[in-house]
Amino acid sequence: MTRYVMSIDLRRCVGCQTCTAACKNANATPPGVQWRRVLDLETGEFPDVRRSFLPTACMHCAEPPCAEVCPTEATQKRRDGLVTIDYDVCIGCANCVMACPYEARSIVHEPRFAYGDQPIASEAIRFDPSRISVATKCSFCKERIDAAAASGRIPGRDPEVTPACVNSCISGAMVFGDIDDPDSAVSRLLAKTQHFHMHEELGTGPSVYYIWDHA
Amino acid sequence: MKPNRPPLPGQPAPRLQQHWDWRAAGNFICGGSGGGLVLFAGLAGLTGVEVRPQLAAGLALVALGLLCVWFEIGRPWRALNVFRHIRTSWMTREASVALALFGTGALALLTAHPAAQALAGLCGLAFVYAQARILAADKGIPAWRHARCAPLVLGTGLAEGAGLIVATLTGGLQLAAALVLVLALSARLLLWRRYLDGLRTDRAPAASVQAFDAIAPRLAMLGHVLPVGLALLALAANLAGLPGAWFALAAAGLLAVLVGWWFKYTLIRRAAFTQGIALKHHPVRGGKPAGVATATRLGNA
Repeated sequence: MTRYVMSIDLRRCVGCQTCTAACKNANATPPGVQWRRVLDLETGEFPDVRRSFLPTACMHCAEPPCAEVCPTEATQKRRDGLVTIDYDVCIGCANCVMACPYEARSIVHEPRFAYGDQPIASEAIRFDPSRISVATKCSFCKERIDAAAASGRIPGRDPEVTPACVNSCISGAMVFGDIDDPDSAVSRLLAKTQHFHMHEELGTGPSVYYIWDHA
Repeated sequence: MKPNRPPLPGQPAPRLQQHWDWRAAGNFICGGSGGGLVLFAGLAGLTGVEVRPQLAAGLALVALGLLCVWFEIGRPWRALNVFRHIRTSWMTREASVALALFGTGALALLTAHPAAQALAGLCGLAFVYAQARILAADKGIPAWRHARCAPLVLGTGLAEGAGLIVATLTGGLQLAAALVLVLALSARLLLWRRYLDGLRTDRAPAASVQAFDAIAPRLAMLGHVLPVGLALLALAANLAGLPGAWFALAAAGLLAVLVGWWFKYTLIRRAAFTQGIALKHHPVRGGKPAGVATATRLGNA
């Protein structure tokens, strides 16, 4: 079996937002919609205050609450771990938005462009009307993952079939791969580090691992 | 509960959901009242009284709520896709139960047979239950997914149904319904208090608790103490042979309904704060010792 996961090393993330920009570029998300965000967190009380950067997006949960509540089966859990949305089936009821504890989903009800009502040339080319009034979110760049099956390349190792955010990360904080393959980079990294899932008490089984220390 | 500190810039505190507006609230408001009314009309029909106006009103309320949702969803012309996921989705189950409700309701209206009316009543109960479970399944909103939320949503739907049946019946059955209303309101008040206590104990977002605290005293007084008092007064007046019992009961019923709607609007629109983001551990950099992050729900610590 294959289950794609992502590890994010919080020790390495510098909060540069390059992954955010790469995601917007790769997926042509409209203004106000960020499938990947990097949160800038301050915690603690003066003088013991700490600053951390926390990249967040869809967690591609093993038990996705969004898929459970979706009345249309537009949201599906694939066998390789990706949680996907069929834009042609979704009715835009937003039940999945309410079910996601990670605030990873967006719905935009009208076309939005960077400079006013009309798209610039690049936006006009990439505008996808099927994304209007339906739920959207990070897809782990599933077109690339699907291309891997055809080309024989390996997601997480070969950049052409690896999510854009991972490719763009300047500090190597993000690693993608098959956790069921013990020799994958992500499996080896997780074996020698301590990590956590966000809101794991909710039983969603996220596929994103946050590394915070060595083992 | 610790006071809610304003979040620092960039901190992902729980946020009020913005996707379900008054139209979604309208579905829970009308659907709960309508389903509850159909249930009690079906039960009243077993005694042989004419309840078809109440049944029709209950079905109309449910239909109005579903119409609200139809106007809310992003792709209304695909609405029939809602029936595709009955295996796990309570929204699909709600829609499916609505079909059964309208089918049995139509049969009850056409035949006026007590069995058909009772069957429609059961479908009304199932509809309210499905609505409660929709909210319970939404893990992103702590105030909804709390284990005590679904019983309260179900309880208020039944109390509203009892209120409407009390306000629309006459004669001896109205007095019997008044006792049901008193019981339903007592149960709702108990569920409401347990729900509020549960939110505090389980550290739900402070803003959710504040939204409920803002209405709690008036909700208890206007929606429970006053209507129960009016219902008991009406029962006593009836026993004493004094006039005015019907008006007191109608007022009690309508108060129960309106306050139930107020609670559900608050639940959907004003107290529906998201989970927020949790940083469970600080990253360990350099020579800094490892440690557990002090704020696991930022903006709420």
